[in-house]
Amino acid sequence: MIVELSLGIGAAVLLAYALVCSIRLAIGPTAADRAVALDTINTLVVAIMVLVGAAFNLMIIMDVALVYALLSFVGTLYIARYLEEGLR
Amino acid sequence: MRRVAEIAATFALAFLVYLLLTLPSGTFGLWSAEELLAGAVIALLAALASHRLLWEQGGWRLLNPWRWVVFLVYLVGPFFLAMAKANLDVAYRVITGRINPGIVRFNPGLKTDAGRTLLANSITLTPGTLTLEVDEETGDFYVHWINVRNVDPAPEEVCGPFPRWAKVVAE
Amino acid sequence: MNVLIYVFLGIGAIFNGLGAVALLRFPDVYTRIHGATKCTTFGSIFSILAVAVYGAARGGGDGVGMVIRALLALVFLLLTNPTGSHALARAAHRAGIKPFRAVVDRLEEHR
Repeated sequence: MIVELSLGIGAAVLLAYALVCSIRLAIGPTAADRAVALDTINTLVVAIMVLVGAAFNLMIIMDVALVYALLSFVGTLYIARYLEEGLR
Repeated sequence: MRRVAEIAATFALAFLVYLLLTLPSGTFGLWSAEELLAGAVIALLAALASHRLLWEQGGWRLLNPWRWVVFLVYLVGPFFLAMAKANLDVAYRVITGRINPGIVRFNPGLKTDAGRTLLANSITLTPGTLTLEVDEETGDFYVHWINVRNVDPAPEEVCGPFPRWAKVVAE
Repeated sequence: MNVLIYVFLGIGAIFNGLGAVALLRFPDVYTRIHGATKCTTFGSIFSILAVAVYGAARGGGDGVGMVIRALLALVFLLLTNPTGSHALARAAHRAGIKPFRAVVDRLEEHR
């Protein structure tokens, strides 16, 4: 019981960090800064999903976390490509 | 013949991942019959689509189990220690704000894509360094170093023993 | 067993927070990538390891499923995170962003 609660609190702390990162997402002077902030938030969201899935015993959220990890990686690569040579 | 072997190996890897993901739920052995059928079909499609990417440059040698043992030792030993050190290093630089950055070049002498990828990822996660670019032809690494001590460094100065580990694991 | 979970969660929380602070405090894109990638990868690995330990302690079908999913998520993060940050750093350099107060820039000389 108390272990599940601590997992949930860990998820809430990571969520607060994701909000801190979104400050950089809002103010970042260049597009690359915003992309880095988004990449960091993606990593945090994967960890949050795994923690929440364990805390509430929802296996399906952990499956979503796996898919999200791979899809966000592909998204990061496309953003990088766009930064490199523009929309083509 | 070679192509069939490539497709079969890719199919086996994809099917293994599918079985891992659906492990605990089922009545037919550990898995249910529907899951086994769906996994086989999906793994076959994935194998047909992607077998060219995986084995193009002699990927067969990566299936050698001895390399996996060395890789695991590397992962929990020197790599993990360097990663912990890297985080303390970042903490020190966040608090003091003392940085002296620059982009340096060195050549670790790795030939294959797998070895270069392993070394580049290791460099990114270890203290004070970030791989910016790898020259495909010459194998030069361009690394953003947060605390430049030497403008033309030897590989050992930037990333310690990692090139030798990468050579043993992937080449 | 529970103590191990709390320790892993604590380490994960500390280093993820360090990554978020580094993202805000460092002066340019490259140093921000340094801090963000290293710290969030390390912190997330420990958060996910806490879940793996929890699943192992729980046992049964659900527990085994949790352990497998947590370990797979860990492998994915460890593979994709440095690669993604490398792609972003290279893109930033090709887009012409200069490193802050750099003492040397071999990549610029190379072009």
